[in-house]
Amino acid sequence: MSEELEIKELEDVVVRFSGDSGDGMQLAGNIFSTVSATVGNSISTFPDYPADIRAPQGSLTGVSGFQVHIGAGMVFTPGDKCDVLVAMNAAALKTQYKYAKPGAAIIIDTDSFGQKDLEKAAFKTEDYLGEMGIDPDRVIACPITQMVKDCLADSGMEVKAMVKCRNMFALGLVCWLFDRDLNIAFNFLKEKFAKKPGVAEANIKVIQAGYDYGHNTHSSVANVYRIETKNKVPGRYMDITGNKATAYGLIAAAEKAGLKLYLGSYPITPATDVLHELSKHKSLGVTTVQCEDEIAGCASALGASFAGALAVTSTSGPGICLKSEAMNLGVIMELPLVVLDVQRGGPATGLPTKSEQTDLLQVLFGRNGESPMPVMAATSPTDCFDSAYQAAKMALENMTPVVLLTDAYVANGSGALKLPNLNDYPAINPPYVTEDMKETWAPYQRNERGVRYWAVPGTEGFTHILGGLEKDNKTGAISTDPENHNLMTQLRQDKIDNIQVPDVEVLGDVDDAELLIVGFGGTYGHLHAAMDEMRAEGKKVALAHFKYIRPLPKNTAEVLKKYPKVVVAEQNMGQFAGYLRMKVDGFVPYQFNQVKGQPFVVAELKQAFTEIITK
Amino acid sequence: MAFTAQDYKKGQPRWCPGCGDHFFLASLHKAMAEIGVAPKDIAVISGIGCSSRLPHYMATYGMNTIHGRAAAIATGCKVANPDLAVWQISGDGDGLAIGGNHFIHANRRNINLNMILLNNRIYGLTKGQYSPTSPRGFVSKSSPYGTVEDPFRPAELCFGARGHFFARAVATDAAGTVDILKSAYNHKGASVCEILQNCVIFNNGTHDSVYTKEGRAKNAIYVKHGEPLIFGENNEFGIAQDGFNLKIVEIANGDWKAAGVLVHDAHCEDNTLQLKLAMMDGTNGFPIALGVIRDVEAPTYDDCVTAQIEEVKSQKKYHNFAELLETNDIWEVK
Repeated sequence: MSEELEIKELEDVVVRFSGDSGDGMQLAGNIFSTVSATVGNSISTFPDYPADIRAPQGSLTGVSGFQVHIGAGMVFTPGDKCDVLVAMNAAALKTQYKYAKPGAAIIIDTDSFGQKDLEKAAFKTEDYLGEMGIDPDRVIACPITQMVKDCLADSGMEVKAMVKCRNMFALGLVCWLFDRDLNIAFNFLKEKFAKKPGVAEANIKVIQAGYDYGHNTHSSVANVYRIETKNKVPGRYMDITGNKATAYGLIAAAEKAGLKLYLGSYPITPATDVLHELSKHKSLGVTTVQCEDEIAGCASALGASFAGALAVTSTSGPGICLKSEAMNLGVIMELPLVVLDVQRGGPATGLPTKSEQTDLLQVLFGRNGESPMPVMAATSPTDCFDSAYQAAKMALENMTPVVLLTDAYVANGSGALKLPNLNDYPAINPPYVTEDMKETWAPYQRNERGVRYWAVPGTEGFTHILGGLEKDNKTGAISTDPENHNLMTQLRQDKIDNIQVPDVEVLGDVDDAELLIVGFGGTYGHLHAAMDEMRAEGKKVALAHFKYIRPLPKNTAEVLKKYPKVVVAEQNMGQFAGYLRMKVDGFVPYQFNQVKGQPFVVAELKQAFTEIITK
Repeated sequence: MAFTAQDYKKGQPRWCPGCGDHFFLASLHKAMAEIGVAPKDIAVISGIGCSSRLPHYMATYGMNTIHGRAAAIATGCKVANPDLAVWQISGDGDGLAIGGNHFIHANRRNINLNMILLNNRIYGLTKGQYSPTSPRGFVSKSSPYGTVEDPFRPAELCFGARGHFFARAVATDAAGTVDILKSAYNHKGASVCEILQNCVIFNNGTHDSVYTKEGRAKNAIYVKHGEPLIFGENNEFGIAQDGFNLKIVEIANGDWKAAGVLVHDAHCEDNTLQLKLAMMDGTNGFPIALGVIRDVEAPTYDDCVTAQIEEVKSQKKYHNFAELLETNDIWEVK
């Protein structure tokens, strides 16, 4: 590090890598976050990719971004706007500059700002910086493509292959800027490309070149930044996306319960990665069936559940519409099933790659008849692991379908997961029939918690028929008796209402908050960050964030009524607020509703919440 | 351990008197006893409709599920536990209308299911609307001026979905039904059995030509693998090839070979002639084919899923959750 350079300590920094869909921005971002996490920084990432698979190269619609937020202390979100924007071509600069903070450093590959590139990106002149009002002093303009070619000139690689390493040059430059240890990146690449040592070597060479370029030129920026680590929790960690964490949680639950894991699914954005992930792990006995449609995904899972598996179906909102009838069959047959809904923008096909919380009322109430079904909502990428585990446990122990809501933001975002030890997780004990019940057992006999027993086909002495028609409470035969139906409806409701869930925790100014922020699911990070920043500014604020939606935690009413003002903030038109009003007498909250397909912006939350306080 | 039909029976069926479902149920009980799989190892899974009530009269495991989804639910059941004998029961509406997609895909995947299609060419439970197997021009409550659409022919759909087993029986023909049910069980893979049955209330007489023993003697041909395709009250007719078509030939002095009569080959991978047999519908002098029309061995989905899991297990080095975690890029914070 050159002496004239000042090293500035930062609390946190946000870097956004952007380029063509094929430019490897996600890999660069992943390596940067891993390198940072390895030194103990906390991380949060978010990919922002287009719905088009391969939009024309250099076009405005083909730009994909990957944002990484690293912090000395905890970071809860990928950050509203970035401190450093990497734009690998003109289109990226054009579309992504809006995500840059006013003073952000901007790294561009000048080789991708030729006349044609500028035309494709709809620039009118060659003065693209001027057109966008960007101060040239903030720009690290580097002929990345040419330098990569020069760097790999002796490698014997084809030019096309060389150019693919551009992302690593940008990564090297960013690593220099933030004083990162390159060895960690090198090891990452060696492992990733263990079978292609040539590729690993080329990438390593280019990262080093990017780093050296920054070092030698100071890249026209005045500072190198360092993010020290505070309050680190020792342990072994991995970077994990929400979808992968969900898959892992299900695998863990199946192992703990001693059951085969069965997934019936149909590809749908943004849930498909769960199908991909589980399909990989046949060596753990995981069975995945890519079905003919969403309906069959859920129906076949129910068949697998009847046969004695931990059954799961994964989808997004449009898929829930189609699965609803089979989910309802699960309710009346009282079979365990995990229904994963990775929410996206709706209605109909809506915004397939974007994030919303608009399926809440659908999963709570979107079925015919009285159809009580537990609903959970994961709060962060890493929380998907615990949530999936708990959803499976709840389904198996209570003989019911359980909906686990995540969303595109949580599913595609990533965080550092401390490697879970299954010994630390609670046992999963489904209510199996026992030998001594043989003589007296009937299909709808219930245990002390009102849960039907599970008699798995193949078990001698427990043959029985389940079905979608109402059954007699005692004999299990088809029944249209009015009193019996009334009773069965009540029993199914009581079973779900009686499920024990942890109290909702209040964070922040627990005793004297002027405003309680209420949210659920994937907005946890943004709401937490908004609360932290407001408290740092001297405001009295608390946060109650819900993960268990049905049944609600027992202390819900008490918490909601404790504070003078409450705001329910959610990415829909007020579904959770409405649900809480239905469940808590006299509860009239303020609402913050936004349906943009993008995560909340902390600054906007703070402004809205501050206005509520001063009202 | 030997079983009797009684071991598979439960409850008192509530179908209309004379309904084909009664006949079929009795044959199913009998076939299961002859097959000899214990009731505890059988799952009978139906959708919705008159015939889908059937699981309630079985002393096995089972589910009477939702309309059209029986094949999908049975698929999950079989794949999750391949040791179970899984029987899927559907009517023509349940199996071919609302459940048509699952029907073709269960066949295409070749899941080892015994798929029973009880075909009375009518919606009975909803009180008499035309079904996807009702003939063109069929008059019903929902088609008072006759339908203006062509029906599915179940065999054609099964073959089009690359099905490997198709058999047909008439519900009133206990021996013929038991015979194809046993063959369906013995066939590994998706086995479609079309049962021609009467609906006494809404479509009485729909299969009249073959509903009695006498009728079948005249109007049906029992096909059996390896045997000549001969029929008629005195076995005086045979089926022969005529260019790209089939034709009826008369057999003189019992010499079917001289008449050019085809020998049935249910095991032939190419389904061209099997399809032609299955398509014979009692018109133009052709009989209706009963028995096992197609029975070709092929890898089953459930076997392949299990085999693939075993293969991957032997190749990969991680076999539990803790080992799975170690396959990731891990760092340590000290």
